[in-house]
Amino acid sequence: MTPNDAKRPLQLNDQGQLRHFLSLDGLSRELLTEILDTADSFLEVGTRAVKKVPLLRGKTVCNVFFENSTRTRTTFEMAAQRLSADVITLNVSTSSTSKGETLFDTLRNLEAMAADMFVVRHADSGAAHFIAEHVCPDVAVINGGDGRHAHPTQGMLDMLTIRRHKGGFENLSVAIVGDVLHSRVARSDMLALRTLGCPDIRVIGPKTLLPASLEQYGVRVFHDLAEGLRDVDVVIMLRLQRERMQGGLLPSQGEFYRLYGLNTTRLALAKPDAIVMHPGPINRGVEIESAVADGAQSVILNQVTYGIAVRMAVLSMAMSGQTAQRQLTSESASEEPN
Amino acid sequence: MRIRILGARVIDPASGLDQVADLYLADGRIAAVGTAPAAFEAEQTLDARGLIAAPGLVDLSVALREPGYSRKGNIASETRAAAAGGVTSLCCPPLTKPVLDTPAVAELILDRAREAGHAKVFPVGALSRELAGEQLAELVALRDTGCVAFGNGLASFASHRNLRRALEYAATFDLTVVFHSQDAALAEDGLAHEGPMASFLGLAGIPETAETVALARDLLLVEQAGVRAHFSQLSSARGAQMIAEAQARGLPVTADVALYQLILTDEALADFSSLYHVQPPLRSRADRDGLREAVKNGTIQAIASHHQPHEPDAKLAPFGATEPGISSVELLLPLALSLVQEGVLDLPTLLARLTHGPAQALRLPAGRLAAGAPADLVLFDPQAATLAGEHWLSKGRNCPFIGHVLPGAVRYTLLDGRISYQA
Repeated sequence: MTPNDAKRPLQLNDQGQLRHFLSLDGLSRELLTEILDTADSFLEVGTRAVKKVPLLRGKTVCNVFFENSTRTRTTFEMAAQRLSADVITLNVSTSSTSKGETLFDTLRNLEAMAADMFVVRHADSGAAHFIAEHVCPDVAVINGGDGRHAHPTQGMLDMLTIRRHKGGFENLSVAIVGDVLHSRVARSDMLALRTLGCPDIRVIGPKTLLPASLEQYGVRVFHDLAEGLRDVDVVIMLRLQRERMQGGLLPSQGEFYRLYGLNTTRLALAKPDAIVMHPGPINRGVEIESAVADGAQSVILNQVTYGIAVRMAVLSMAMSGQTAQRQLTSESASEEPN
Repeated sequence: MRIRILGARVIDPASGLDQVADLYLADGRIAAVGTAPAAFEAEQTLDARGLIAAPGLVDLSVALREPGYSRKGNIASETRAAAAGGVTSLCCPPLTKPVLDTPAVAELILDRAREAGHAKVFPVGALSRELAGEQLAELVALRDTGCVAFGNGLASFASHRNLRRALEYAATFDLTVVFHSQDAALAEDGLAHEGPMASFLGLAGIPETAETVALARDLLLVEQAGVRAHFSQLSSARGAQMIAEAQARGLPVTADVALYQLILTDEALADFSSLYHVQPPLRSRADRDGLREAVKNGTIQAIASHHQPHEPDAKLAPFGATEPGISSVELLLPLALSLVQEGVLDLPTLLARLTHGPAQALRLPAGRLAAGAPADLVLFDPQAATLAGEHWLSKGRNCPFIGHVLPGAVRYTLLDGRISYQA
């Protein structure tokens, strides 16, 4: 076990390069921009007849999903394959009693099979940190979503979407709408937008769906959708889970849609060229009207395409950072006197 | 065994004594402070010049994990760890398996503790059977076996009516009830103090109201039942304020705080380290400061370790899947001295909260350093330092302070006039 050196964040190597990708917290604007630039260059690969580059040839990427996923898992698989890696995907069901042991043992076993990289999704916030710190620090760990905490590749694909459609972040107003409390996507988006210099980040929802102390993200909070959407350039809708009705967070889906659902009338309050985003899967008629989801301003399917390029960028950068770190460590170890 | 302790600075918070004096111990008791009793011939002399002698520390909550959780700790290992922390008397909570709700379990614990001989153990019995909050445990039988108070841990009662009845029954026999006030529904699934850190990390929050709402209810029921009550493990400044108000109204209520709550805040969670996963949670800096103030002004009479040892696996998982608790009883004195070093408390006040204060709260025959009292005391060097974790006696290594250099070092702990720990 390597303790987390306070001077060097867990996810960076001694040279400040990515070696894991756990969260957008603590990553510089330059690094995020490098990810976006790299992703841009990979987008072109997706348009070729032969959609492969040999960057990860001979490497094994394990997708370990402790939580269900279709889109994220598939795009990670495609990203790894386009980088010429060998890909294994495991859907591990969690039993509530032995969650930790399952996680620990599963990953240790995979590590023993000489995996070079783990893409992990887990229901517990901090699961990816735990793996990177305590389970297998020498394998690059990519966070595919941990609890409510972070979904950093989704955050970066959202940024790529915004940059490609809006050109940059400097003069933008971005609204994030819905269930922010339970959303790792919203947390990653807020961090990325702030780091990349977006001057006006708005969060819109009822108090029951907003976490405490949102001001720490440098966002403005609105409870009224119409007010919050006024003149924004980007609208990011969040998915509303059905179980939110049971806990008394909301009276009904109908009331939520009436107050916070995005329809064409409300979208008209945003700038005429505003784009509409959603991490998927969408709930038509719950948080978004079909006419909007399928309309001209929607870039929801572009997000999926960009997701592959962003994941290719993150996988290749983390793999090279991890490899560099291993070399550095073994060199410094061989220099030590016996 | 007759022991002479030479030249220590003797601090006894109960009597206000604070002077350099010799101590004479005989037959398990303190024979004299200052001048030797007539014809006293010491069999052993401890040169304690430069050391401080204080009553042995009284820790109101040390989970011994026995019976039922021997993978986490046992009576011998945890009482031995306690002696290293300067502790001579401790209370163990009823969360054993089986639950400490029958005299048989209490007897087992007391027998094993006597056998081990590292510290005096005063069990806190379960207020309800199996801690289920429905049927009362046999409180009087438990008292007669040696339980000094009764509590239900963080488990709540099935209804306020059942709780009220339990308090009235306890009041009938002048028993003390120990509360860990936390509303189960408001705290449900919570992992960390509801504030910026929990929000940022995506950990479900436990709002301050989880403590204060339960505390308000408990205080009202305590007042109605007229029962002696001790509120354990306060975590919020507001909670401490409510205790102060109740005391001002004349209610017979006392309170304790976990030592780690006076040192750490929820900012410690930033790296998801499960070592900081505790229940009730670490709260904000303002809460910590409020708790410190309450300890200083005496609203909170006792500082306890709330020692909860765990096996490594219990902490080896993502934060939310780990078991809460910190193992720290063997650092009780040096860790507490860090509050003096930081200027939070003066030394006599700190020692009062670690000896006489807790002993009074649960009416324990401990916490005094005077002629005639049991010879339970700690000798420590205030100038030395303790490297936490250099030696480790508890079975639980789940302690975030391991590796820290702490002020002061326990040299001897004496229990009934014999050395129970020597550095």
